[in-house]
Amino acid sequence: MSSFRVSGRGRVDHTQPIQFTFDGKKIKGFKGDTVASALLANGIHLMGRSFKYHRPRGAVTAGSEEPNALVGTRRGPGRFEPNTRATVQEIWDGLQVNSQNRYPSLSFDIGAINDKAYMLFSAGFYYKTFMWPKSFWDKVYEPFIRAAAGLGVSPTEPDPDHYASRYLHTDVLIIGAGPAGLAAAVSAARAGSRVTLVDENPEAGGSLLSEPSAMIEDMPAWDWVAKTVAELKELGVKVMTRTTAIGYYHQNMVGLCEKLTDHLASPDGETPRERMWRVRAKQVVLAQGALEKPLVFDGNDRPGVMLAGSAQTYLNRYGVRVGNKAVIVTSHDSAWYAAFDLADAGTTIAAIIDTRAEPNGDLVAEATKRGIRIMAGHTVTGTEGRLRIKSVRVNPITGSSVGAAEVIVCDCLLMSGGWTPSLHLFSHTKGTLKWDEERQTFLPDHKAEECEIAGAGRGLWGIEAVLNDGAEMGAAAAKSLGKTTKAASYGVANDRPGTGVSHKELPTDLDAGKARAFVDYQNDVTAKDLRLAVREGMRSIEHVKRYTTNGMATDQGKMSNINGLNIASDALGVPQPKVGLTTFRPPYTPTTFGAFCGYHKGSHFEVTRKTPIDSWAEENGAAYEPVSLWRRAWYFPKDGEDMHAAVSRECRATRASVGIFDASTLGKIEVVGPDAVEFMNRMYTNPWTKLAPGRARYGLLLGDDGFIRDDGVIGRLADDRFHVTTTTGGAARVLNMMEDYLQTEWPDLDVWLTSTTEQWATIALNGPNARKVLEPFVEGLDMSDEAFPHMSVAECRVGGFPARLFRISFTGEVGFEVNVPAHAGRALWEMLFEAGKKYDICPYGTETMHVLRAEKGYIIVGQDTDGTVTPHDAGLGWAIGKMKPDFVGKRGLARPDLVAEGRKQLIGLLTKDGKTKLEEGAQIVLDPNQPKPMKMVGHVTSSYHSDAAGRPIAMALLEDGFNRMGETIYIPMPDRVIKATVTGTVFFDPEGARLKL
Amino acid sequence: MLLIHCPYCNQTLPEAEFTYAGEAHIARPSDPSSVSDEEWRDFLFIRTNVKGPHYERWRHFHGCGRYFNAVRDTVSDRFLITYKTDDPRPELSKLLEKSK
Repeated sequence: MSSFRVSGRGRVDHTQPIQFTFDGKKIKGFKGDTVASALLANGIHLMGRSFKYHRPRGAVTAGSEEPNALVGTRRGPGRFEPNTRATVQEIWDGLQVNSQNRYPSLSFDIGAINDKAYMLFSAGFYYKTFMWPKSFWDKVYEPFIRAAAGLGVSPTEPDPDHYASRYLHTDVLIIGAGPAGLAAAVSAARAGSRVTLVDENPEAGGSLLSEPSAMIEDMPAWDWVAKTVAELKELGVKVMTRTTAIGYYHQNMVGLCEKLTDHLASPDGETPRERMWRVRAKQVVLAQGALEKPLVFDGNDRPGVMLAGSAQTYLNRYGVRVGNKAVIVTSHDSAWYAAFDLADAGTTIAAIIDTRAEPNGDLVAEATKRGIRIMAGHTVTGTEGRLRIKSVRVNPITGSSVGAAEVIVCDCLLMSGGWTPSLHLFSHTKGTLKWDEERQTFLPDHKAEECEIAGAGRGLWGIEAVLNDGAEMGAAAAKSLGKTTKAASYGVANDRPGTGVSHKELPTDLDAGKARAFVDYQNDVTAKDLRLAVREGMRSIEHVKRYTTNGMATDQGKMSNINGLNIASDALGVPQPKVGLTTFRPPYTPTTFGAFCGYHKGSHFEVTRKTPIDSWAEENGAAYEPVSLWRRAWYFPKDGEDMHAAVSRECRATRASVGIFDASTLGKIEVVGPDAVEFMNRMYTNPWTKLAPGRARYGLLLGDDGFIRDDGVIGRLADDRFHVTTTTGGAARVLNMMEDYLQTEWPDLDVWLTSTTEQWATIALNGPNARKVLEPFVEGLDMSDEAFPHMSVAECRVGGFPARLFRISFTGEVGFEVNVPAHAGRALWEMLFEAGKKYDICPYGTETMHVLRAEKGYIIVGQDTDGTVTPHDAGLGWAIGKMKPDFVGKRGLARPDLVAEGRKQLIGLLTKDGKTKLEEGAQIVLDPNQPKPMKMVGHVTSSYHSDAAGRPIAMALLEDGFNRMGETIYIPMPDRVIKATVTGTVFFDPEGARLKL
Repeated sequence: MLLIHCPYCNQTLPEAEFTYAGEAHIARPSDPSSVSDEEWRDFLFIRTNVKGPHYERWRHFHGCGRYFNAVRDTVSDRFLITYKTDDPRPELSKLLEKSK
């Protein structure tokens, strides 16, 4: 393989070559490589183009914090994912990887013109560059911004993968399986706790995987990791790899996203692609470690410029030297060790540039031993090289002045600006942070959840310190669960402790205004942008962030936050803790929508409620409409019929003979008990005391504000038993409201409330022949007009089934509603339908139901009312029991606004031409010639073609409507103004003659 | 997702079983017809909207179905206590003492 791969080195399997493609070119790697490590092994640093300036970029990290090396991955048809981090994606034979945000190719990209015009794209450029002329906005600026927005391209095909979700309960959840996390897990598990250990990497070990020369307990680090993981599994610890803790929520709930198949060449098809775990832990140990910071200098983003710790990882974990001739620039001891490892592996170290005047003597001695040139007290002021760094410009710092530059040739520049504890999850809990002056970083302070923070995540450095801290914190977690335990003590040889200093931009002898010194690589934010934001008046760090977009990309400022803070703090002249840090929010790393959806997609997105008769409707070609969670038969089209023709036919058939309708979705509540009638008197507006058993009444329910909440027919079955019906969508709400008053306002009432919606199937028969169809099936009831008049209810048998039979009408025709046990619904429906054939019985759906009721002026709560309509407004003042001392809404009805003149009232509308059907929701005006904006005085609530009326009809809420009978009002539409006359709401059979048998 | 203690079931259960039901200790006047428009307005609409410990109602909707009262800190989303509807309103100073 290439000269950059170090034979036998790393944790990749050198015996298992793997081939994938990058922009169509075949690339060879080994099993265990990531896309980035395999490309680097082939000497390829150029992996992407930056967002705004289209600058050539390479991988700057070796982990999930990667801002630059974002690629599109294709795993077969429909399986395309944009913005995958090349540093995380494991390779397998046949994987297709493409670079992004470039045209026509990665090495030659037309969009790179933006880089030359960078002055136009400074902080807040949206608000400046695209301001004028105004006419340019639609045609030029917006299309330009839209085309430029985003990095990768969204997939267009449906996702064929499936995703899972699970719950997990555990005593101790440990996040991060590096040295601190492993030691914490050992402590907690040995103490007898149920432990779950998660890590986003394919294997446990964390930073130890990059430190093979360390000796823990006289054992090479990797052997210690293997031994420890084996012991943990032996102790029953659940070890989850490729699993990212994405969010830390209240009461120790942590969201985990486990990736199961993206690393496999041929998934079995059964395994979900990802699984979202909702973990409830008694204790959480955060052992997430620290993220290395870049240094901020001109040209710090060229391909080949990389974090020193990441270069060490590529060498030790993947066996890849990131270059042949490296320059190190650092303000922290850790980068020296990366230089030593690379030097020992054959890379020439051209120089170690340390910004500190007097670096650690031991490190200097080690470097000298290897013949490495040391440039202490130096700064980097620039780099050269278009698609790969070629040289670096170095200057000595003397006091506050920067000396003469020297140019050093190299093919990679490894930088370290120190390490930032990973505080993301801790911050999700609203735990507070405190500024650590010595380490120049924020550390966790006050905890808001039951958690411990261990290791580098709380600012510690060096393997031994971190291991022992992890052991302590794991023991602490176990102790707070009542376990007795003692933390193990670890001894580490060949440890690499160290310290460092923190910087704003590195000092330079050049014009800082022209420096392209990047702070946020992914959003192309430079140090100059941050200073500009402060100059232009941004004072809060939150404003600086939004104005510059620093830290707002998908990496959420993992690398840029502290550098951005240091620069903003310097520009503001205010110390860092006074400037503060922006808020971290979940998810920790970009997470697929699929993982969040889990099983809830397609037909499982939400439940579909179906009535017992639904299957008959389906077999008979019903068109459906959703009504709350129900699907209801909308109309039953015959061959070639459109909706209008079908509804028209269904309406005519019902009024001419008989129609059959599935009303099972109506809400049904059984109100039972010695105080049932008193309860009904208090809940509903109507008087119930004198309603005899066997009789039914239209009931109206208000809120205590006096507005209509629900309605329905209510039958009294016995002195202490009511069968209450509600609107389809209102059933749960009404029962909730009833329970609320019963439990909390009137606990003295002896009443039971039970939802029976799904226990009953309800079949409505309407039309002059309805009784003829039904009567032969009814046992134990005299159905004559005298014995069983309109608004009656009886318990009897229908078709052999126990039944509650109502004689009521929502059509204006003679009507019956038969309630039978749900299981009998379809059987009875078929019996009635068969028997009705000789009367040309017609099944109808909700649309015909709507038309028939509108012809009679019967309202639908929620369509003709909107939560601001009183019974009087709706023409239902007759339904109020005025003699009752109180009911819900009575006092509300006396509120000044509710008794005022000129309220919007429900009236009928007939269009002047007798042909035009109004649009529901259309606004009404009194004068169509008034200047805009016109004064709107109401709106159309219901509008249909009416066969019975022979013309379109409508209802509307209109200001002072009752006093406008006969007046002409206007409905302005985009293309014309429609004239209509105000009428009453009953358009058919105003005397109600058809309700009689 | 919060865990909420139902004082009737005496169990601590996931938030998904519960529904929120507005501020607590707002009693409906026993004789609404005798109260002024202003008093009725206050009963209907005026709420404390506190930043901090809030007396509020919840219903164990997908459980026992009972309404109960709670004190929850609206800043930290932490429950200080849940209690039965007819229990007396707990004193805040004692609750804060206890939660320390």
